[in-house]
Amino acid sequence: PTVPRAGSTLLGYIGIDTIIEQMRKKTMKAGFDFNIMIVGHSGLGKSTLVNTLFKSQVSRWSSGWGGEHKIPKTVEIKAVSHVIEEGGVKMKLTVIDTPGFGDQINNENCWDPISKYINEQYEKFLKEEVNIARKKRIPDTRVHCCLYFISPTGHSLRQLDIEFMKHLSRVVNIIPVIAKSDTMTPDEKNEFKHRVRKELETHGIEYYPQNEFDDDMEDKNENDKIREAMPFAVVGSDKEFQVNGKRVLGRKTAWGVVEVENPNHCEFALLRDFLIRSHLQDLKEVTHNIHYETYRARRLNDNGGLHPISANNTQESNL
Amino acid sequence: SRGYVGFANLPNQVYRKSVKRGFEFTLMVVGESGLGKSTLINSLFLTDLYSKDYPGPSLRIKKTVQVEQSKVLVKEGGVQLTLTIVDTPGFGDAVDNSNCWQPVINYIDSKCEDFLNAESRVNRRLMPDNRVHCCLYFIAPSGHGLKPLDIEFMKRLHDKVNVIPLIAKADTLTPEECQLFKKQIMKEIQEHKIQIYEFPDIEDDEDSKLIRKIKERMPLAVVGSNVVIEVNGKKVRGRQYPWGVAEVENGEHCDFTVLRNMLIRTHMQDLKDVTNNVHYENYRSRKLAAVTCNGGVDTSKTKNQMTRSPLAQMEEERREHVMKMKKMETEMEQVFEMKVKEKKQKLKDSEAELERRHEQMKKNLEAQYKELEEKKRHHEEEKSNWEAQQRILEQQKLDASKTMEKNKKKGKIF
Repeated sequence: PTVPRAGSTLLGYIGIDTIIEQMRKKTMKAGFDFNIMIVGHSGLGKSTLVNTLFKSQVSRWSSGWGGEHKIPKTVEIKAVSHVIEEGGVKMKLTVIDTPGFGDQINNENCWDPISKYINEQYEKFLKEEVNIARKKRIPDTRVHCCLYFISPTGHSLRQLDIEFMKHLSRVVNIIPVIAKSDTMTPDEKNEFKHRVRKELETHGIEYYPQNEFDDDMEDKNENDKIREAMPFAVVGSDKEFQVNGKRVLGRKTAWGVVEVENPNHCEFALLRDFLIRSHLQDLKEVTHNIHYETYRARRLNDNGGLHPISANNTQESNL
Repeated sequence: SRGYVGFANLPNQVYRKSVKRGFEFTLMVVGESGLGKSTLINSLFLTDLYSKDYPGPSLRIKKTVQVEQSKVLVKEGGVQLTLTIVDTPGFGDAVDNSNCWQPVINYIDSKCEDFLNAESRVNRRLMPDNRVHCCLYFIAPSGHGLKPLDIEFMKRLHDKVNVIPLIAKADTLTPEECQLFKKQIMKEIQEHKIQIYEFPDIEDDEDSKLIRKIKERMPLAVVGSNVVIEVNGKKVRGRQYPWGVAEVENGEHCDFTVLRNMLIRTHMQDLKDVTNNVHYENYRSRKLAAVTCNGGVDTSKTKNQMTRSPLAQMEEERREHVMKMKKMETEMEQVFEMKVKEKKQKLKDSEAELERRHEQMKKNLEAQYKELEEKKRHHEEEKSNWEAQQRILEQQKLDASKTMEKNKKKGKIF
């Protein structure tokens, strides 16, 4: 085969660079899916935070207080989908809540239902992929990101936190956040973050963005900065208050207003920018190229090869 | 008209004696780690019981529930208080927290038992009161409601100790959230029929207003701090945030002052009284009633015994015990006699044996003696025979020599 010759100078404008615009148009028309799972014991402000992140009532408790927050006896998986639009781009956002996690007296293996759910989504996707008559666009229900909420004790990670993240960091992208961080003064926050990072390191827990998946130096530098700042200490709110003539999202206490988007008050803005404005696509790619592929390889090896399912879905495979 | 007798001075005398004696108070704090328990205790008693060097949860190695007590002597205005703080590190921190309340229950019961034993002793001069007078239970500020662990713990402890639930780290809640949270908690407490410490009704009008105010604010939402910050020229204890300072002693910020006043300034004695009159008495009657249900007694008997008073029961037991002792005594005597007989028999047997042997030996000796006698006689006989022979020979020799002499004289020598 002939090797393409290295760039000859162009004599005029061809228009190759318009491919980016074409891709953008297509993506906008198609819209895209994003599936985010939130995990943490009850009372850590998970639903509020997700609503704040996407500036819409996308969580289970969209009605705010008034719902019966009854703690279920076992861990349940509740997925709620909304289509939100911004700048012509449509996103089908699915928020997967896990009520009951960590709330019982005995929380042994409470991560099993979660693990099962994640693998089930991979399985669904795999089945579609292996089909003879495949859909043009396979519906993607795989969990792209798992926000794990750490209780702001100010001391260290709890045993349950370590167990969960150890079991699941190899299966899904985990982004740990420190919940309700308006409980800590700036000094306490820094100390806590430092201790938590050390503990994660000691236990070999690779949170997203994982070290090993950095593509190049540019990525590595950017991601290093992010890794150093994690876990983000966040506060969520869907209420607005007047502060210095501006309307801000925040929480009003008797001694002041906690401004959610003020970087001096908490790191919500950092999380939002990281999660949505810069790494959203990367989260999906890592899920697809790495986590899903790992699952697929394991499944194929286990079964000694897959038989594709015929068009009328008769069970020929041993999937 | 009656003159002034002077017993109106009695309260003063009681007061003076109490002050001289000093006071004791035992306070237990329970809650998962990271709820600011140590900070709150430091704030309440303005001490450094939990200093920076105290090994906090991040340094804790043991992963089981411990019960630890620390004593501190607090002196104020001539009054001395021996304060014992009982901490429960590890509570609710494991993945599986089943029965994590058991060490707490065991501790409380053991202190009641100590007191019961001390009370029942003959010499009761020194009777220290180490019973737990109050248990502060810390609820995480989730804003939703009680957790299963909270409910389980309070249900098991409300009839053993005065339980005062507190909302920890209350500066995490806005005023509205706090109100809703408190309502929800009280609702759940009532649903589960948990009896938290009730403030006693006092006839005094002013005090009852105060108490009603406290009751409305239950459970108390607290914030602790010993860091002094300057706010508007005033020095206050509080927590400094970028958006403001949460003041610990400001009634509009949290219920810390309510807790402190209630716990120390107005209801400390009542907490001790309720502990003594209600919780301790419950323990005592439960413990003594258990005396009737001994192991090995058939159920029909047990039923009757349940209605008898403990004293009658104790008398019955004493009688039983004495009978048992008597029986044991006769048994032992029997055994003793039997053993003596055996020994006697043995001795007799060996005596008989010895006698027999003695006889035998005697016989042998006699036989030998006879033999020897026989030999001796024989020997004597031989000896006399031989002597006789010798005499004859001598005579012959003499005769022979005489004859030779005669023959010599006659010159018949050849």
